[in-house]
Amino acid sequence: MSIVTVQLGQCGNQIGHEVFNAICSDVRGTHGLCSKKENESYHDACKERFFSEEESEVPVARAVLVDMEPKVISQTLSIAARSGYWKYDDGSHFCQKQGSGNNWANGYSVHGPRHKEVIMNLVQKEAEKCDRLGGFFTIMSMAGGTGSGLGAFVTQCLRDAFPTSFILNHVIWPYSTGEVIVQNYNSVLTLSHLYQSSDALLVHENDVIHKICAQLMNIKQISFRDVNQVIAHQLGSVFQPTYTAESGLHYSRNPLGDLMETLVPHPEFKMLGLRNIPQMPENSLAYSTFSWPGLIKHLRQMLIANAKMEEGIDWQVRPPRLGSSIPSSHSTNKPPHFNTSIANLVILRGKDTHSADLGSFRDPSLYTSWLSPQDAFKAWKTPRAFNKYEKSATLVSNSQFLLKPLDNVVGKAWNMFASKAYIHQYTKFGIEEEDFLDSFTALEQVISSYTIL
Amino acid sequence: LTRLSLPLAVGQCGNQVGCRFWDLALREHAAVNKKGIYDEALSSFFRNVDTRSGGDGPDIYKGKIYSLKARALLIDMEEGVVNEILQGPLRDVFDSKQLITDVSGSGNNWAVGHKLYGYQYRENIVEKLRKTAEHCDCLQCFFIIHSMGGGTGSGLGTFVLNLLEDEFPEVYRFVTSVYPSGEDDVITSPYNSVLAMKELNEHADCVLPIENESLFDIVNKIHQMINFGKLGSTVKQNSLVTSSAGSAKTVQEKPFDAMNNIVANLLLNLTSSARFEGSLNMDLNEISMNLVPFPRLHYLVSSLTPLYTLADVNVPSRRLDQMFSDAFSRDHQLIQADPKHSLYLACALLVRGNVQVSDLRRNIERLKPSLHFVSWNQEGWKTGLCSVPPVGHSHSLLALANNTCVKPTFIELKDKFMKLYKKKAHLHHYLHIDGMEQSCFSEAISSLADLIEEYNELDATKGGPRIDPSRLQIAV
Repeated sequence: MSIVTVQLGQCGNQIGHEVFNAICSDVRGTHGLCSKKENESYHDACKERFFSEEESEVPVARAVLVDMEPKVISQTLSIAARSGYWKYDDGSHFCQKQGSGNNWANGYSVHGPRHKEVIMNLVQKEAEKCDRLGGFFTIMSMAGGTGSGLGAFVTQCLRDAFPTSFILNHVIWPYSTGEVIVQNYNSVLTLSHLYQSSDALLVHENDVIHKICAQLMNIKQISFRDVNQVIAHQLGSVFQPTYTAESGLHYSRNPLGDLMETLVPHPEFKMLGLRNIPQMPENSLAYSTFSWPGLIKHLRQMLIANAKMEEGIDWQVRPPRLGSSIPSSHSTNKPPHFNTSIANLVILRGKDTHSADLGSFRDPSLYTSWLSPQDAFKAWKTPRAFNKYEKSATLVSNSQFLLKPLDNVVGKAWNMFASKAYIHQYTKFGIEEEDFLDSFTALEQVISSYTIL
Repeated sequence: LTRLSLPLAVGQCGNQVGCRFWDLALREHAAVNKKGIYDEALSSFFRNVDTRSGGDGPDIYKGKIYSLKARALLIDMEEGVVNEILQGPLRDVFDSKQLITDVSGSGNNWAVGHKLYGYQYRENIVEKLRKTAEHCDCLQCFFIIHSMGGGTGSGLGTFVLNLLEDEFPEVYRFVTSVYPSGEDDVITSPYNSVLAMKELNEHADCVLPIENESLFDIVNKIHQMINFGKLGSTVKQNSLVTSSAGSAKTVQEKPFDAMNNIVANLLLNLTSSARFEGSLNMDLNEISMNLVPFPRLHYLVSSLTPLYTLADVNVPSRRLDQMFSDAFSRDHQLIQADPKHSLYLACALLVRGNVQVSDLRRNIERLKPSLHFVSWNQEGWKTGLCSVPPVGHSHSLLALANNTCVKPTFIELKDKFMKLYKKKAHLHHYLHIDGMEQSCFSEAISSLADLIEEYNELDATKGGPRIDPSRLQIAV
């Protein structure tokens, strides 16, 4: 099954480009550490998923590029084509001239309806190129105007036009100290709207990735390109082909569907966090060896203690004792800082994955009581190593990972809203105070739901 | 499709600054555009016209550069400055269809500029605007460049501002206003300025106030450093924020040229991210969106750093950080103000050149503790990264602050106005113009007083206890 990617706004297009780059480079690489046959299966599965083969020799990404100003798309298209290894379809982009001015209302209420037909035609065209459509993957930031506002509108249109397809939104959370002054307003409006039409929100926070670049990748002068490349690596580690327990001897055909089925049992809980280890500068890879028990142990503790990366993990945090007389749904019973999960997915890639024991992730004390531990945890594996890492472990988690960041964003937005600052900029384009209140209410509900897990 | 920022230079000062702006813009694009191809970046300020068959040929949207014509409107009620431009090295950059001139001037009288000439030239101006707007599908922003203290720039300039709102309500209106200095020799400049302020309050989206004193101080500072300081000949001439080096202007620089170059550089930096690529673009409509929390509080204090580059190529990151520090120091501001000791409502940093997001973040973290931000915008930073630096620099920074430090400028204006108004000095020159009444004056000073009061109320919150409003309670 194929995934159609929709890249929205500057961030969405810059990241989308790095994602296709990472995927392509991984597939071309000779560090697969597996048999030729295995490599070929991987290659074919990846191709079907992300690229279409047209008259051109070079694979063409299954993507639609949308932006309200021209510079980024223009750059993205040309850099991709110059690589010689893959490219975008020349016709699969749409841009305007004036931008969205960091104004969610402009993106959602003005650009959205105005350009709906053109954009959806491009999406339809890409969808029709797929033998079987596995769903949509949208990439956007929630801080600006296009990715956030137009992105929310497009997601709604996708849901209306493709009611049975899976929609996964990859959402970038901005640095908490300002990239955009009205970023918290834009974020609140985006998240509340996406929650209605999307199946799940997969989140990356700039602050977290920045720390990874600084502390793990040892980059001195960190650029957005560096940040985007780490994000692309992490996304690649989720979406490159794997075997699931059910897929048997074939690479799984329905990654988005499998993901949703595993991780989103209830529509109130759609916030997915992502962790990938190990992360290190490329020139250190040759000198490092890891064991699966070590990696799994670290990843589990990162889950439990809500650590953002593999350094500075708090090993003191422990899951609550089960079997006590007090029902486990009372949050007061939980040890402080313990991150409760609804469902988790671990993906292992590389050498000796068959020997990796993930029993510790099936521990019922990690989870709410709604699902059986067998249902709450799934593992995907492949012996084919990813992106030059001999062993790579990824966790996609529906847990309280994003509770505090969400609470912070809502809190700051509310603080600003109380003073009514900047509201006139939104009402100018048709988003009224009541719309803000609806969004705040929706998100307070989500926060409350995740808090009492 | 072209995305367009249209500068309108009004009055003597406006056109002198405008002239420097076009000159330096050509210099900037020439430095980047080595192949002589007419590109997107150029198109935002210049048309490409085939003049081979003489006169004004058709517009060429792609390919080789033939003849670049500035997208602009030059308006002056005297001919002196505009004539000089048309006879100077930039004569081919403009054509008669972009000019609106008269002979007698406005006599330093806002009423003459606004009511008399405004009425007289309205049709003409609208027609020329429409013609210019015809050449593109996307008019994003108007820039008015003018001074506040005279008659044409101040009066006719603000008339044009009104007109723009009526005819093109969706296009952003940015105004660069030169406020009169302390030793202004125009007696009626307080009247002109306050009458103009009312228009700016009500019809501008964003105003960048400039004070001659600040420009003069910067020019002086550079002069001192070059002639008496340690720098001497190691300074790269074309990097000076005051310099015309490398531009079309070859004649000995007049005293105001250095000061006008600073303002020209301000406008170039302001529009750089819209013209050139970067990892985090910052457009003009984004500036307006992020820096104007309430409609009337749209006065932005600007600073440009560095003021020069040394020829020495090695730039340690300490010097990079110094650039950020300087942006907040009082002697880099383009008005007499000290933002560090007043209250920030919002702040934008547009960085050009070889600077990455980590440099930005490091400096924001470093400088934040010493700055006071309003309680509902504690992290009120808007940032942009443009890859292309200005000529002669490897990196530069434009800071725009919505800060209560503009208040003293307005208070001083109000005081000077009241000194004259109480005695009814020179009022008759204004009142005998058709359309002018005493109420124009009382409304104008009232508008200014209200604005000052809004800043007072904000200042009163500075340093006070921070009480976060309680969050919405959700029934579980």
